[in-house]
Amino acid sequence: MDGGRFIKEFTKGLWSDIPPFRFVLGLCPTLACTTTVRDGFGMGMCLTFVLVCSNILISLLRKVIPDQVRIACFIVVVATFVIIVELTTQAFFYPLYMALGIFIPLIVVNCIPLGRAEAFAKKNPVFYSLADGLGMGIGYTMSLTSLAIFREIFGKGTFLYHHIMWSGFEPFSFLQKPPGAFVCLGLMLGLMNLIGGGKK
Amino acid sequence: MEQEVWSFSDYLLLIVSGVLVNNILLIRFLGNCPFLGVSKRMDTAVGMTFGVIFVLTCVGPITWFVEHYLLVPFDIVYLETLAFILTIAVFVQLVEFVIKKMSPALYRGLGIYLPLITTNCCILGTCFYNIRFKFGFIPTIIFSFASALGFGLALIIMAGIRERFHYARIPKCFQDTSIGLITAGLIGLSFYAFAGLAK
Repeated sequence: MDGGRFIKEFTKGLWSDIPPFRFVLGLCPTLACTTTVRDGFGMGMCLTFVLVCSNILISLLRKVIPDQVRIACFIVVVATFVIIVELTTQAFFYPLYMALGIFIPLIVVNCIPLGRAEAFAKKNPVFYSLADGLGMGIGYTMSLTSLAIFREIFGKGTFLYHHIMWSGFEPFSFLQKPPGAFVCLGLMLGLMNLIGGGKK
Repeated sequence: MEQEVWSFSDYLLLIVSGVLVNNILLIRFLGNCPFLGVSKRMDTAVGMTFGVIFVLTCVGPITWFVEHYLLVPFDIVYLETLAFILTIAVFVQLVEFVIKKMSPALYRGLGIYLPLITTNCCILGTCFYNIRFKFGFIPTIIFSFASALGFGLALIIMAGIRERFHYARIPKCFQDTSIGLITAGLIGLSFYAFAGLAK
């Protein structure tokens, strides 16, 4: 166990490999669940939980799972945790559950948990898989929340459902509409490339 | 489950709604990863389209049967997510075996897209919508087909536009995915003009 490597695996998810900007996976919730800050943050948290748990379990089972049927095994592991998240949000965060709707069960096919299982957890020890999952999950939450902050403040004039803009402010409702989500994410991706020194 | 009577115009509206008004890609945001991944060239986009249309039209009714004749009678609806994704994964794997044996030519064309289809959220998403909207059996088939058609339409339009990017001078930081997303937004805007045609 090596603390330095732990930090490295953790921080790569926060900037250098931050999903969904640096590798383009898990776009559907990024577009659909970022109309308000609460939805964006909630979605990010749900995904973080699934990602951390599935990474740990797959890393523990990595010597048991046969290579030919690994994708099916990964899907079953991820689906199990998604059901846990689904039932928990339904029981304790009902408004969030209603707002996210179909996108909570769709975490199964989100590609990020499966992608990390395939690329990282199946060949690394538990400790580093935990760091990887946590970093990626928090990075994803940050991306979703920042996009949601932009879309909620300018598209609705609110922040966490409190009005914060001046009284004569006319919200750009385009940003709240589906096409606005695509344009917003596209511009943000371009901006990230500009700051991060172009394509890697 | 009670069956309401659907007239011909209801089915027609369902197709219009699925393909244009509530386009699964641009309005409902399902299946965006393959949308950006395979839309760089027209031939891959066409291959993916046929794969999705075939798989979704078959899987939609199958998951409907799984829901109403397996999960509901045994009162295990909370396992819906797991049951559906397994159904899809098994079906896609079976199709792959069958195509490989029966028609190697088709397999060369379609084979590489089949594993991608398992994790395409427009397949699983449409299966969920079939259940959430409380569709009967026939509407399930129609809606699954219409969704897949909408996916294909948007994908092929996008591939056509993206092939032209080679001749455009795009700023370096906006190349590839970034400009793809902005283009998708503009296509979505044009699809928005159909709003109000059907619910």
